[in-house]
Amino acid sequence: MQLGVHTLSVARGGIAVLEGLSFTIKAGGCLILRGPNGIGKTTLLRTISGLQPALDGTIEAVEDSIAYAAHSDGIKQVLTVRENLAFWAEVFGTRDIAPALNAFALEPLADRPAGALSAGQKRRLGLARLLVTGRPIWVLDEPTVSLDVDAVAMFAGAIHAHLASGGIALIATHIDLGLEAEILDVTPFKALAPLALDDAMEGFL
Amino acid sequence: MKALLIRDLQLAMRAGGGFGLGLAFFLIVTALVPFGVGPQSALLSTIAPGILWLGALLACLLSLDRILALDWEDGTLDLLACAPLPMEATVSIKAFAHWLTTGLPLVIAAPLFGLLLNLPSAGYIPLVLSLLLGTPALSVIGTFGAALTVGIKRGGLLLSLLVLPLYVPTLIYGAEAARRGAEGLSSTTPLMMLAGITFGTIALLPFASAAVLRVNIR
Repeated sequence: MQLGVHTLSVARGGIAVLEGLSFTIKAGGCLILRGPNGIGKTTLLRTISGLQPALDGTIEAVEDSIAYAAHSDGIKQVLTVRENLAFWAEVFGTRDIAPALNAFALEPLADRPAGALSAGQKRRLGLARLLVTGRPIWVLDEPTVSLDVDAVAMFAGAIHAHLASGGIALIATHIDLGLEAEILDVTPFKALAPLALDDAMEGFL
Repeated sequence: MKALLIRDLQLAMRAGGGFGLGLAFFLIVTALVPFGVGPQSALLSTIAPGILWLGALLACLLSLDRILALDWEDGTLDLLACAPLPMEATVSIKAFAHWLTTGLPLVIAAPLFGLLLNLPSAGYIPLVLSLLLGTPALSVIGTFGAALTVGIKRGGLLLSLLVLPLYVPTLIYGAEAARRGAEGLSSTTPLMMLAGITFGTIALLPFASAAVLRVNIR
């Protein structure tokens, strides 16, 4: 099990944002992506997750092995925490949500409607979803937004456990998670502007 | 797949889920038409099948933008796209859930609302049959429209404009079947055409909806 990316170019709205990116993450490995806002980290992660096609290059991963988590958690406000997790567990064909509830200290909140949670608690629920997917490769986009110090530690613990069991994590984040991870700054891979955009065209992108 | 269907039904039933919206709209249309047309029961009987079909179609249209827009906003669609569930299955289930929460209640309520419009007694069975055969097509076509407009803020207007022409054949054959039934004629031919449209859309449109959705998710 590994995640390989070879001379990958990704585009947003038909315009290349990152070019010639290559890396390989072996089982148990973690790669942290750095780079300024708007450089294309989210686009890169969405491309690797298969949500959009790559402009060029290849992504090497076993089919249906990637779990993606982004800014929006896919949480339904009117369902309880337990129902939200149970839904995703069933979609991904795993049944047991107890470890996921446990890892992010969600048991006391399990029967509360997700709409009544705070932003940080919602984020914890969104991250707990990763555990019920049972997927080996986690692709995470700014996972620690609105988490407090304790919750970040919980999250780091979950990543640790995941890596220890042979999983892979690819994380775009700006904070230090205290993980033994390689760090890749994507700034040097910024695509050269293929065409100058005037204001009228920017409206379409 | 079952999980998605159950979740969609749960969401529709809970507070703010929009269940009953279509039904209430259907009731309003059929209850107000007699006031607008005037107390001429013969005229009402003549237009009853058409009004009932039109009311059902508009009631269906009202809830279309909820099919996918809510899942788009909270990121569920992105996550479902990564899930081990083909997009074709996702949109089919969404359409089925929409029919169960909007189309089916309309079919069940239609005979009751037929009373308000003085529908001739011979017309009830053809009316229910035509709605039963026709409303699934409305949900499937509507899901296609919802997939086309999913990324657009307040896409409801565009969605209605896109979907309305696609609804016309269903409306023509559906209302024709109900009218023939009400006049005591055989409604087999329009019912067959209606069934053809419904089964055709169920078989083909999920592929188009899924393809469009994949493009819109990018």
